[in-house]
Amino acid sequence: MVQFTLPKNSKIRVGKTWPRPEGAKNVRKFKIYRWDPDTGENPRVDTYFLDMDRCGPMVLDALLKIKNEIDPTLTFRRSCREGICGSCAMNIDGINTLACIYGLDEIKGDVRIYPLPHMPVVKDLVPDLTLFYAQHASIMPFLQTTTNKPEKEWLQSIEDRKKLDGLYECVMCASCSTSCPSYWWNSDRYLGPAALLHAYRWIIDSRDEATAERLDALEDPFKLYRCHTIMNCAKTCPKGLNPAKAIAEIKKLMVGRHV
Amino acid sequence: MRYLTDRKRAVGKGASGSGTEHYWWMTMSSVALAFLVPTFIFVFGSAIGGTQEEVIAHFARPFPAILTGLVTLVGMRHFAKGAQVMLEDYTQGSLRKGLVILVYSLSYVITALVLYALAKMTFLSIVLNSAN
Repeated sequence: MVQFTLPKNSKIRVGKTWPRPEGAKNVRKFKIYRWDPDTGENPRVDTYFLDMDRCGPMVLDALLKIKNEIDPTLTFRRSCREGICGSCAMNIDGINTLACIYGLDEIKGDVRIYPLPHMPVVKDLVPDLTLFYAQHASIMPFLQTTTNKPEKEWLQSIEDRKKLDGLYECVMCASCSTSCPSYWWNSDRYLGPAALLHAYRWIIDSRDEATAERLDALEDPFKLYRCHTIMNCAKTCPKGLNPAKAIAEIKKLMVGRHV
Repeated sequence: MRYLTDRKRAVGKGASGSGTEHYWWMTMSSVALAFLVPTFIFVFGSAIGGTQEEVIAHFARPFPAILTGLVTLVGMRHFAKGAQVMLEDYTQGSLRKGLVILVYSLSYVITALVLYALAKMTFLSIVLNSAN
């Protein structure tokens, strides 16, 4: 449900300002959300300064530099460093994106980094994505067939394979779902753009034989129809995908069953 | 604190089996209103400035009367269903249910009032014509 003000224990206060690097000429300011559940204190925004002449080009490079050289308590997820694993999704300069493929030169002024919005925070920039992953699992993201397995493989035409382009590339970073107001207000019942994009990926797969069951499972005012085509998902997707289009395609298939 | 597994929370009560009809109705009524409302504004506007008898006679004619009735019926259903979606977005629990009932009731009342007014104007027009 919509909330217009933050709970008292979530209100952000001004945090610590770390010293500037000595002798550096090309300095940039980073304002980073910090919250440690063990302290029991409210979240804060710490300020760091980095010598950009000695820092990599991506936001993740800056975060790693801060963690390695200034503040080892700064907590965030990262793994592949090339936009494949989806681990380092966070809100950077007001946009949900992957820190590893978002260039510092794309940001004007101070660099503001927060965790993905409207999700419970585990610590600092690490959101709790357990419900998000469970929603993904609930759409049965795997091939379902009843026909006996072929000796070699399930065949698929080149044309049918092309239908999966723009869908299979999703890395489940949660940038889209956490940018969606409908998901903010009703994440307990709305599956969100990421799960629905994956649902469509399996619905449209020519080899899958559970299309009817998949559509039945989405026939719901909340699971699917909470999407109001706001398009934040498409705008923010760091992989350039269009979950809103996938959702619209599901709606067209649903209407096609009725009309 | 409820000790529910993540999967249990994600699946919830499952799919209700409805939603497409609502979505399709909203799409259809949007298209219908895109034509009905401008026409209604034109027809309604042409009656502005007339005397009471002229306005009654205007809305007693078949086209303005049927058009007004259609705009009211389709518009109020569209309003109620649209407001339902908005309320489902921003409210929860009993408040949500209560407000949805209220909005639907309001749409029914407005529809009934407009249809009554149209019927009354038609009746009045017949009486006035027969008196003249």
